Amino acid sequence: MSELLQFLLSGVTVGAVYALVALGFTIIYNASDVVNFAQGEFVMLGGMITVFAHAAGAPLPLAALAAVVATAGLGVAMNKLAIEPARGAPVVSLVIITIGASIFIRGAAQLVFDKQIHSFPAFSGDDPFRILGATILPQSLWVIGGAVAVFIGLWLFFTRTLLGRAVLATSNNRLAAQLVGINTPFVMTLSFALSAGIGALAGVLVTPITMTSYDVGLALALKGFAAAMLGGMGNPKGALVGGLCLGLLEGLTAGYISSQYKDAAAFIVILAVLFFLPQGLFGRKSTDRV
Amino acid sequence: MKTFLTTTALVALGLAAPALAEIRIGASISATGPAAFLGDPELKTLEMLVEELNAKGGINGEEIVLVAYDDNGDPNKARTFATRLVEDDEVVAIIGGTTTGTTMSILAVAEDAEIPFISLAGAIDIIDPVKPFTFKTPHTDRMACQKIFEDMQKNAITKIGMISGTDGFGASMQAQCKAVAPDYGIEIVADETYDPKDADMTAQLTKIKGTEGVQAVLNPGFGQGPSIVTRNYKQLDVGLPFYQSHGVASDGFIELAGAEAAEGVRLPGTALLVAGLLAADDPQKPVVDAYKAAFEEKTGTPVGTFGGYAHDAFLILTDAIARAGEAEPAAIRDAIEATTGLAGTTGVYSFTAEDHLGLDLSAFRMLEIKGGQWTLVE
Amino acid sequence: MRLTVKSATLLGLVALIALAPLFFPSGFYYRVGALIFVNGLAVTGIVILTGWAGQISLGHAGFAGIGAYACALAPVHWGLHPALAVVLGAGVSAVLAWLVGRPILRLKGYYLAVASLGMGILISMVLNNERALTRGPDGIEVAELGLRAVLKDAGLELSNGQFWYFLCGLVLLAGAWLALNLHDSPTGRALRALHGSEVAARTVGMDVARLKLQAFVISAVYASVSGSLLALQNKFITPDVAGFMHSVEMVTMAVLGGVGSVFGAIFGAAVLTLLPQVLTVFAEYEQLVLGAVMVLVMIFLREGVVPSILRKIRGGGE
Repeated sequence: MSELLQFLLSGVTVGAVYALVALGFTIIYNASDVVNFAQGEFVMLGGMITVFAHAAGAPLPLAALAAVVATAGLGVAMNKLAIEPARGAPVVSLVIITIGASIFIRGAAQLVFDKQIHSFPAFSGDDPFRILGATILPQSLWVIGGAVAVFIGLWLFFTRTLLGRAVLATSNNRLAAQLVGINTPFVMTLSFALSAGIGALAGVLVTPITMTSYDVGLALALKGFAAAMLGGMGNPKGALVGGLCLGLLEGLTAGYISSQYKDAAAFIVILAVLFFLPQGLFGRKSTDRV
Repeated sequence: MKTFLTTTALVALGLAAPALAEIRIGASISATGPAAFLGDPELKTLEMLVEELNAKGGINGEEIVLVAYDDNGDPNKARTFATRLVEDDEVVAIIGGTTTGTTMSILAVAEDAEIPFISLAGAIDIIDPVKPFTFKTPHTDRMACQKIFEDMQKNAITKIGMISGTDGFGASMQAQCKAVAPDYGIEIVADETYDPKDADMTAQLTKIKGTEGVQAVLNPGFGQGPSIVTRNYKQLDVGLPFYQSHGVASDGFIELAGAEAAEGVRLPGTALLVAGLLAADDPQKPVVDAYKAAFEEKTGTPVGTFGGYAHDAFLILTDAIARAGEAEPAAIRDAIEATTGLAGTTGVYSFTAEDHLGLDLSAFRMLEIKGGQWTLVE
Repeated sequence: MRLTVKSATLLGLVALIALAPLFFPSGFYYRVGALIFVNGLAVTGIVILTGWAGQISLGHAGFAGIGAYACALAPVHWGLHPALAVVLGAGVSAVLAWLVGRPILRLKGYYLAVASLGMGILISMVLNNERALTRGPDGIEVAELGLRAVLKDAGLELSNGQFWYFLCGLVLLAGAWLALNLHDSPTGRALRALHGSEVAARTVGMDVARLKLQAFVISAVYASVSGSLLALQNKFITPDVAGFMHSVEMVTMAVLGGVGSVFGAIFGAAVLTLLPQVLTVFAEYEQLVLGAVMVLVMIFLREGVVPSILRKIRGGGE
């Protein structure tokens, strides 16, 4: 019993990490239909900038804030310099651009920072909470809380604010959105700032658990992307549920089947979803989008 | 147009032609890529040592030129760079192969061209069976297992759980440990793995903890994985003796895992980690102290076992060239094989025609982390 | 006489393969040339899939992995000649591509990118984890092809580098010839039509899903053979060959050079294969440069370097 609970808690910890990364994917995807493969680099930057700002003497909250703001700025720059000039290019080109940007950011990070592994202290110490014989670290609760908070924020943003609806409208039909007076370039800028900022926040929250180095982005992006696909691309609810499902799946596979193939579970599920349920668990039906 | 472009590019590649009165040493190291945190200090160490040696007048009055390439941890690139070192740069010896995969690629080229090659990777396959031109400086992963199992035997441990990384290092050591465990009367009753980029290993550790009769846990792996395993180990309060591998033998490990979680962790390490604790008459003391001081002054980062491997490879090679009296590959090879009692940071090397590793178990020291510091067991 | 794209491409390739060695200052350049040809072969497959059928694969390295490990395993375990192992690998890749592609390619949109990504990662995971068979992440030796010895007995003595340079060159030539024939065939025309407008193609009664599936299977075979050639040439292979970054590399090569043109894609393969060799002094900056080149080419030369330049030349500064 306590074993099962520990597998579940392990899964929730990992799942919350995936969910946070997946949430970052949704905004840019909603605004532009681009899957931003540089999302993992935003997570990496959140962690690395915090580490180095903290090491340079900034208190942890300030370092974290600086990391989020700086990364959001970088997201805007990426949109201005790489995505906007390529507007109208086929999706293959946009995919290559985001992959190129991610390689560029990784290359820059290894020069600006270093190639070592870093971490900073957990926000509320390392003494685990015990629940019926199983344990969970306080930092995991921070990550879960962060994922839920970002999810609620995004949900309110997309459903309750004019700006959020403008983002959705832009995604559905750019021309129509422009015709009704939506400032679509601003919507794009905002989306990249938000996505990058959420990515960086994810990096800040997960680094005390996963540690960070200049090359953690790719693995996180792949898992986060898998989670987003599982839940249905572009849907914050899908990202949250997809991330948690993926984490739980891995935890249970490691616990009961084989730790060697626990990462396979994620991708087998993805293939199964594509074969049988291509819109994801919470995806929009494509007919809605015409 | 295409032909022209390609050929100009190709010609541009061949700018460096060998000059006289210099000894050209080649290196293919994984300074970037997945093994970067091993390769980075290795490359820095080589560059630093070449500079030092040339400042002292080189070898027998000849300057050393280091032709170093970054193979990205990609075995295919390593093979290309090894070919380039041999065919184009005309080096007399090659140091490198940060990982076993890149080493195997370079090895094939070096053996074909009959150029001495000193590898920095761990797997036993590199020097067993012995190949005429290939040597290596790190202990094999099998020796690490033996050293750990010796210590377990002393503590009457017979049933253990293993949790290994699925990267090359972890997977290879996992296999070696399983192979030699019976020699020490040790039974592996739980055998789990994790991906090097995983965020949480409590599921695997819970399984090990729940396995009947486990008396100790061993974690072969490198990178951040072992640090996370160590923290999770503390989180779950497993409470059994915990062994790590030489893959994490650096101060960075204690820092990342946290002194509290790392308390009591044992692992086989090299003299480099406990420089301050070495006896004054320890044969390794002068070389360890000198390398530690120079590297830490130069880079501002603490020395680690892996940079030490590069240091020893360079030491063995330059020592052999000096003794050979001529920088010819065949003569260098013979001189390396004749090396006896050469103290490096990893151990005291003595090569023979049958032994191209030159170290025994005594070079490993069983270390234990106490109060955030490395201490010697025994 | 006006040259067709097909004959121009093939003539260009023949001239390149035959004449480049005249300028090689050392044996090392044969190795680089052979690598360019191996990558060029995989990338020619990407041209068929992405350039003509308009589908993206982010898991093609998986097929290269199958081709490579077929050559490593089949000769040892089933006593198959390495040359037959290449065929076996290609067959397995084709069947797998068919199985994965069949349900996915009936969907509209870019689901193949996601499905192939998952498939590629699963393949690389199996190669890493099944130590008993594949010897795991540290890699495995691959049998000698033996053709070089046969040629030697027949009086043609080539160095190892030369042998692989010319063999890979010939295979690339054959691959390019087949691809260009496909381009001009009814299937090729149909593929390009559907890339232009899938709705239109469907309206005129084309079996769009079947065409896309054909393209995917054919391109998988190209990737598989390229993996086999790499393994046989290196006589050693690690699971890195099936890694995600290798998949990205293939797509990048094709897109940089020009994904719509076989010659352009091979040019892209040449540039990216040479890049790390040229940048050795700046190895630290390699990723930075690669990333920047990818972004810039996609913005300013959207069709890829070669087609964009050709258009400029033909259009006279249009």
